[in-house]
Amino acid sequence: MPEHRFDTVPAVREGLRAVDYLADEGIAGIVYLADRLQKPILVEGPAGTGKTQLAKSVAELTGARLIRLQCYEGLDESKALYEWNYKKQLLRIQAERKDGSTWEDVETDIFSDDFLLTRPLLEAIRADDPVVLLIDEVDRVEVETEALLLEILSDYQVSIPELGTIEARQIPLVFLTSNNTRELSEALKRRCLYLHVDYPDLEREKEIVLRKVPDITDALADQVARIVRSLRQLELKKAPSVSETLDWARTLMLLGVESVDNATAAGTANILLKYQSDIAKAMKEFTDNGNEGKAWARGGPATRA
Amino acid sequence: MTPTETGAPAAPAPSPMLELLAGFIAELRQAGLPVSLTENLDAMEAVKHIPLEDREAFKYALAATLVKNNAHWRAFETVFEVYFSLRGARYAVGDEAEGDDLDHDADMDAAGGGDEDGKGLQGGGGGEGLTPEELAQLLYQALLDGNDGLMRAIARQAVKRFAGMEPGRPVGGTYYLYRTLRNLDLDSVLDKLLTQARQQAAEDGSPLTPLEERLEADEFQIRIDQLKKEVESEIRRRLVADRGVEAMARTLRKPLPEDVDFMHASREEMGNLRKALYPLTRRLAVRLARKRRHGRKGPLDFRSTVRHSLSYGGVPAEPKFRYPRPHKPEIFVIADISGSVAAFARFTLMLVYAISNQFSKVRSFVFIDGVDEVTRFFEGVEDVTEAVHRVNTEADVIWVDGHSDYGHAFEVFWERWGKEISPKTTVIILGDARNNYHASANWVVKEIRQRARHVYWLNPEPKSYWDTGDSIVGEYATHCDGTFECRNLRQLERFVEQLA
Repeated sequence: MPEHRFDTVPAVREGLRAVDYLADEGIAGIVYLADRLQKPILVEGPAGTGKTQLAKSVAELTGARLIRLQCYEGLDESKALYEWNYKKQLLRIQAERKDGSTWEDVETDIFSDDFLLTRPLLEAIRADDPVVLLIDEVDRVEVETEALLLEILSDYQVSIPELGTIEARQIPLVFLTSNNTRELSEALKRRCLYLHVDYPDLEREKEIVLRKVPDITDALADQVARIVRSLRQLELKKAPSVSETLDWARTLMLLGVESVDNATAAGTANILLKYQSDIAKAMKEFTDNGNEGKAWARGGPATRA
Repeated sequence: MTPTETGAPAAPAPSPMLELLAGFIAELRQAGLPVSLTENLDAMEAVKHIPLEDREAFKYALAATLVKNNAHWRAFETVFEVYFSLRGARYAVGDEAEGDDLDHDADMDAAGGGDEDGKGLQGGGGGEGLTPEELAQLLYQALLDGNDGLMRAIARQAVKRFAGMEPGRPVGGTYYLYRTLRNLDLDSVLDKLLTQARQQAAEDGSPLTPLEERLEADEFQIRIDQLKKEVESEIRRRLVADRGVEAMARTLRKPLPEDVDFMHASREEMGNLRKALYPLTRRLAVRLARKRRHGRKGPLDFRSTVRHSLSYGGVPAEPKFRYPRPHKPEIFVIADISGSVAAFARFTLMLVYAISNQFSKVRSFVFIDGVDEVTRFFEGVEDVTEAVHRVNTEADVIWVDGHSDYGHAFEVFWERWGKEISPKTTVIILGDARNNYHASANWVVKEIRQRARHVYWLNPEPKSYWDTGDSIVGEYATHCDGTFECRNLRQLERFVEQLA
């Protein structure tokens, strides 16, 4: 049985914190389980909540090499798994012609390791050093292509007809991320642990802001986190992501803002929200008397005075 | 807490645990979650690796192995609460037969929970001796400070005091919830909290800006929601103690968002449906766009191939194919928006407009007993929800009494817009065809069908109710190309996909 990477769940959490990734209980717990059960993790969630970053941080934490496979429509075997180096094979055949070697010799020769171009998946399997494999945006490939991944995800092996089955030298930690643009196949889901990364809660978001934006005051970070939380509760086309929160906090720092008021919020809303209708809606909610009625009306004139 | 050491193969889990898990998984399946055998085994394996005393960790371990779709999370959580609510020291309540014990336990916990946050209910089992005023004051204080422990204690005390729960009483949890919340009167507490915050700020010399006030209000609202959740789970815990796990799980079983019936959805379920709709439309749009891109293989275009072969001296070196140009249908949606089916119409309109780039044109009409075109509300609007809201408030759809009259609505429609239906048009009619015994005017549907490419009827009622009472969907169905039962998002999605 191989060495475990982590001892306890809190250890994972602390470790991730040390590399500037603030994990909550669920994230740390599932990373820990993935290591123990030797299963891949399928990470889903809204854009900009740190799905890819999780894989990067775990790689950094364990001192492993990160191998990344970016998925796209039309991804195939030769881009994901392996490919034979045709040009080199041709050269080899031509070179053979002069000495009278037999057909069998050449055949075994040109289908050997020397002529194999490894692609991310095979590379992760064959690596001697510890690796973390990140299969990014897996929902972009077609359902049929998903099947490519199944063998490697369940058995950590790759079958190459000419060479036989290549088994993993060590079991890599595998992360798959998905933006949920389509339902992934049951077969894929079954092989993975499922982790849904949602927007962080108030405390965590504040901590993230404090950690990633240098010199920000506690009060401003708190206010930023609160405003973003309130925004996410509105029905928007696109709710602000964590990275947008950070951008906004940095902007406020650059502008030398100490405390956000309506005018600053209105002036910088376009950093948090990317649709005009969303901005209009947020402005309306935050400045109008809106549904809150009397409570707002009394607050309104006081500020203008 | 010592984590189970599993460097060596773990000892076999104690069998009560296995049994419990098996029951749990069976209940998940009953609730509609697809749990496969491998996932079942994974869950059993996973729980060996985590400290069982840690309830949260246990929950996440089960969730990671058993729930592979975020929309199913709520269903999972409910089942989890029911199955494991009585396990673990701090969650225990006494046997229902010993009423005293139950009270005692709750108080102990109340004190314990409070102490953790450094602010206990004074005097240990003090919860018992408090007057209602004192309890209200404590509640106010807890909400003001956001003191979780105290809030939990108050939730328990409130349930014990106000819910009036008796063993074996055959009423649902919502009844107890209602009674407890009514007595706590959270709305006026919220008002009080806001006033307090405002005064506080004014005293400090910096009155709250609207923005700050909004943030305060949101903060208190969130705390109050949390309190409600505590009350709810306390009630559930007591009900489970009273009635047993299986019975409770059965009564609490809720359909998954995609299976919720449009016509009988509660307000909360409606909210969830709306949330589920957006990702669904995005998925649908991606899928349809892909279908369009990939379905491009046509037969050989002989004429074009010969024409191009001339530049190769007559050798057909470059075969040309006839690429099918998938037509983009023009859509007319005619929707009944009377009370009984309004929700269904709303969802369908939202879905159709969300993927409107798949159609060359979408026009929408709504009716009750009068009919009105509402396309204008959707034009140039990014926010479909807003547009739908305007449809409901501004459209002119009442002719006489505001009870559905399909016959009159269809006649008017035919008169005013009938000529604009062309062979490219697909007409979708939404409604339950409950016509209040008016004339059906089904000749209109027949005429429409002769002009249009297709006519489909979507009915949000279960098929077995069709043509009962004043439903005359059968009369219209004879003139439609298809009549579909469309009770939930799943069925709606299937229809729309096939349409585009």
